[in-house]
Amino acid sequence: MPIIRVRNAWKRFGPIVAVAGIDLDVDEGECFGLLGPNGAGKTSLIRMVIAASPLSGGSIWVDSSNVTKEPRHIKANIGVVPQEENLDPDLTVLQNLITFARYFDIPRTEAKKRALANLQLFELDGRQKAKVDELSGGMKRRLLIARALINQPRLLILDEPTVGLDPQAKHLVWQKLRSFKDQGVTLLLCTQNMEEAWYLCDRVAIMNEGKVIDTGQPQELLAKYGGKRVLEARPHPEARDFVLQELTQAGVEWQAVEDTLYIFQDSHQVLEGNLLEVLNVLSQHIPTLEDVFLRLTGRSLRE
Amino acid sequence: MGISYRSWRVWQRNRDVFFKLWRSEVPGFFAEPLLILLAMGLGLGAYVTMEEGGRYIEFIAPGIVAGYAMSSASFECTYGSFVRMHYQKTYDAIIATPVNIEDVIAGDIFWGTTRSLLTACAVLAIASPFGLVGSWWALLVLPLVVLAGLMFSSLAMFYTSLSPSIYTFNYYFTLFITPMFFFSGVFFPLSAFPTIVQHLSWISPLTPVADLTRALMSGHPGEGTWWGLAIMVGITAVSFPLSLRTMRKRLLK
Repeated sequence: MPIIRVRNAWKRFGPIVAVAGIDLDVDEGECFGLLGPNGAGKTSLIRMVIAASPLSGGSIWVDSSNVTKEPRHIKANIGVVPQEENLDPDLTVLQNLITFARYFDIPRTEAKKRALANLQLFELDGRQKAKVDELSGGMKRRLLIARALINQPRLLILDEPTVGLDPQAKHLVWQKLRSFKDQGVTLLLCTQNMEEAWYLCDRVAIMNEGKVIDTGQPQELLAKYGGKRVLEARPHPEARDFVLQELTQAGVEWQAVEDTLYIFQDSHQVLEGNLLEVLNVLSQHIPTLEDVFLRLTGRSLRE
Repeated sequence: MGISYRSWRVWQRNRDVFFKLWRSEVPGFFAEPLLILLAMGLGLGAYVTMEEGGRYIEFIAPGIVAGYAMSSASFECTYGSFVRMHYQKTYDAIIATPVNIEDVIAGDIFWGTTRSLLTACAVLAIASPFGLVGSWWALLVLPLVVLAGLMFSSLAMFYTSLSPSIYTFNYYFTLFITPMFFFSGVFFPLSAFPTIVQHLSWISPLTPVADLTRALMSGHPGEGTWWGLAIMVGITAVSFPLSLRTMRKRLLK
C-alpha cells in the first residue's frame, strides 16, 4: 500500500494548467524525488499533497486518508519543509519549535524535550535564544527541517531543501535526510538539484509542463535515456543543416541550445567520419542524471 | 472544516509574542489613550461646560475607552494580521499543521478582541483614581468591550482579506476609523450635531459602544440606548463568518 497515492490530479489557476492529470505512487520508506524545471508543477503538486491547495480534479490519498476529506488528520501526521522560509520571526529559535509543537497539541514538557533534541540533531543547540533573523541561511534551513520533525512524522515532504546552501550545509542536510530514511521515514523530495536526487532518491519522477514524463530509479532512467555518452558539439553554421540531417538519419537523439548541440549517443550507434569532421565536438562525457533531465525536459529557458 | 479549539493555539502564539515584545506595545495602546484622556479631559476640559452638567473629562473617559478599544482591535487585525499573513508567512507555516485557515483567522480575531479588552482595562484603571468610574456598573464595560473588540476585529479582518497591499490600510483608518472617532459621541455629544447627522451617526458601529460604555461608567445604565447591542451583534454575526470565508478564498489557492 503506497503512502502517497495520486490519481489523475489536476491543478488549474484560471486558464493556466499547473498539474495536468498526474498519477503517482510513493511507497512507504522510500525517498521519492520530483524533478522538473521551474513551472513544471512540482510545487503545485506538493501543495495539493499537503492539503494546502485544493485539487481542481482527481484524488490524492496520504496514508489512506483523502486529502480533500481529512486534511487535519493528514497534516497532523506529516512534516513539511517549504521552499520559502516561514519561520516565526517574532519568536526565538527554541520558541519556534515549542510554539509549532503546540499547533499539534504536543504537551509542553514533551515539546521542549523534542525541540531540544531536534536542535541538537541539527547542530543548533547553541542558538536556542537567538532570533530567527540572526541565523544564517543554512541555519534557517536546518531549523525548518527540525521544525518539520517536531510531530515525529512518518512522511516528510521537502520542497527544495538545499537551495541556496553552501556545500557544507548541503551535505549536512543530505546526511540527516539519509538517516531519517534509514529510520523508516518516507521522504518526498522536490528538487532541481540532480546531484541531490542521485544521492538521495530511490526513485524519481521527471516532470515537465504539469505531467510526469517518466518514473524510475535514477540508474534505470540513466540507462534508458542517457546512452553511452554525451557529445557537446558546435558545428559551423553552414554545416548545421547537414549535421542535423545526418543525426536524424542515424537515429541519434540530440538537442540544440543556440548554436550548441548535445548529442546522446547509444552504444550501438556509430557516427560516420564525414559527420564527425564537421561536427566540431567540444567535449564528451559519461551521461549523468542531469543529461537525462535536460533530454526529457528540453534545454530552453523556463519562466 | 470550520473553526475548532485550535484557534486557541493561534491566540496563544499571539499572546506569547505580545508579552515578549510588550515594551514596544505600551506607547501605542496604553500611553496614547491616557495622554488623550488627560490632555483633552483636563486641558480642554477647563474651557468646556457640559449642557447636562458634569465635567468634560467624565464625558470623554467612556468615549476613550470605547474609541481605543476600537483602534486596538483594528490595528491588530489590519497591520498585525497583514504582516503575519503577507510578510512573515506565519499563516502559511501554521496551516501546514492540524490548525486550519479558519482557526488561524479566528485566533487572530480573538487576539484582536483581547487587545481591546486590555486597552479598555488600562484606561479604566487610570481613569478610576480621577473619580471617573462612577459605579460598579462599570464592570459590565468589560463584556461590552469584548463584543466591541470582536466586532471591530472581524470588520478589520474582512478588510484585510481584500487588501492587496499594506498601504491600503491608510484608507481604512482615514475613511473609516478616524471619522468614527468624531461622529460617534466620543469627544462631544451627538446632540451637538443637526438631527440628520445624529441619526446618521448610528451607522457608525462605534456609536453604540460609546453610548453604552458611558451609561455603564456613569452608573446610569437606564440612560443607555440598549438596542445598540443588536447593531453590534448583527455586524459581528455577519462580518466574523464573512472574514473567515474571504480569507480562506485568499489563502487556499
